[in-house]
Amino acid sequence: MRIFDPHIHMTSRTTDDYEAMYAAGVRAVVEPAFWMGQPRTSPESFYDYFDALLGWEPYRAAQFGIQHFCTIALNPKEANDPRCRPVLDELPRYLAKDRVVAVGEIGYDSMTPEEDEALAVQLQFAIEQGLPALVHTPHRDKATGTRRTLDVVKESGIAPELVVLDHLNELTVGMVLDSGCWAGFSIYPKTKMSEDRMVTILQDHGTERVLVNSAADWGSSDPLKTRKAADAMLASGFDDDAVDRVLWRNPVAFYGQSGRLELDEPKPDEESSFQGNSIRRGGA
Amino acid sequence: MAFTGLPRSTPPDPRTALAGHPPDAPAHAWLDEAVARITDRPAAIGALFPAARRRCGHARLDEHWTVDEAARAVLITALPLEGEPLAGELAGLFRHGDPAEQRAVLKALPLLDDTPDALAGEHPGDHGRLGDRALPLVREALRGNDSSLIEAALGPYGAARLPDGEYRQAVLKCVFYEIPLDRIAGLDVRADDELARMLADFAHERVAAGRDVPPDIWPVVRAFPVLDTFTDLLTAETHAAAPDRREAALRALKALREATALTAEPEEEA
Ligand SMILES: [Zn+2]
Repeated sequence: MRIFDPHIHMTSRTTDDYEAMYAAGVRAVVEPAFWMGQPRTSPESFYDYFDALLGWEPYRAAQFGIQHFCTIALNPKEANDPRCRPVLDELPRYLAKDRVVAVGEIGYDSMTPEEDEALAVQLQFAIEQGLPALVHTPHRDKATGTRRTLDVVKESGIAPELVVLDHLNELTVGMVLDSGCWAGFSIYPKTKMSEDRMVTILQDHGTERVLVNSAADWGSSDPLKTRKAADAMLASGFDDDAVDRVLWRNPVAFYGQSGRLELDEPKPDEESSFQGNSIRRGGA
Repeated sequence: MAFTGLPRSTPPDPRTALAGHPPDAPAHAWLDEAVARITDRPAAIGALFPAARRRCGHARLDEHWTVDEAARAVLITALPLEGEPLAGELAGLFRHGDPAEQRAVLKALPLLDDTPDALAGEHPGDHGRLGDRALPLVREALRGNDSSLIEAALGPYGAARLPDGEYRQAVLKCVFYEIPLDRIAGLDVRADDELARMLADFAHERVAAGRDVPPDIWPVVRAFPVLDTFTDLLTAETHAAAPDRREAALRALKALREATALTAEPEEEA
């Protein structure tokens, strides 16, 4: 089984996770730029973070046979801090880089005017650079937030097939698929979505334009949830082809729209170092 | 500051190097278009520079350039800027660049440093489009651990403009990072007594530890007065109590004798 996790924050995970993911069949991941838990207070912290997503993390993933791509954005939570806003001015530089396969995570957190503006500006960046957009839907007041997000997406002029709305549930999936956008589901141990509910949604709505991810990060989460969702699909009667479609071909098709998703068969790399740093020899 | 003149190894013209590359129409069209946009609006380089590798490729062209480096050098030389604005744009490309982009910035620096030969040596900071203004980028690369960046930082620009002390430290860092010294610029004009002494001390440390000495330091050590005391010191080490130390000293002495002297004597400082 080959698995592509279209949304996982590997910066927050250990090399044990990479090993377990490889063993479970994960061969490619997309890591969206997001909130680190500890708020950042200056643009420079973002640039170092982006550099890590483009340099250190793909290197680390390659050591374990996993190809790593990323999405870059100013996330909605921090878009509210005026000290972080200048990041928007430098984003086009980062969005132009080879391993950036979408703009994201963008979207709403508290639905403030600042978030409105950051979302609109970054959707324009996506249009200018021909990139897909990964749009997070808010945890609070989700249905309203999702509806408003769809309105802003439509207003921006970006093609709906270039947009995924993520962290959906039973109440938001219908309107997103109807809009022509992709529907993303984050399978979490406790909140958001379980693998069994995911199977029911796939039975009700089909496997077209659906992405399933672990969204694993620094919180209570599980980087193997993609594999567990695949197993739950098989257990409830989906065939191998349907599993491959949801967990490999769909994310490849979505991010492939960037023209930058260069997938080859990665093998664990014992030799190389990153800027003089090798995690194999234990130096960090 | 002792400015010893531009080392004579300016890089091949990146356009010529790219012209010899098998023609790839979309890549050339993209590059021409990018140059036009940068000429029109210099800030456009921000999003074009990172895309150059994807658009043009990354094969090796010659000893100095890969396709992406040469294409990025073409973009940099298209900037209709000089002085502080040019340095500011380069600093932005470097700050927000990945290692390949940073390497391209460093390798393009000598192309912007069009100091007339007649003026080199007087007030180098004031001459050329760029002057000393990109030295902070060279220094940042030299502080890091990426040997490809350290090597690129010691191209003709850094080699001509780093103060003596920093240049010597950088050469020593290359020795530690096993960067062959024939890949860095300026050694023929900038090697001096003090650098030779530092390299001799380094060689002594290695011998005392029973280890081998990288052979490319011998031509520098040989060309300076430290040679006599150092040869005595190595000879004394051949009587050391520890066998591997004695053997390391014998191997070093042999290599030192075999090394050819530098072809050019260091120039008098201006
Ligand atoms: Zn996330």
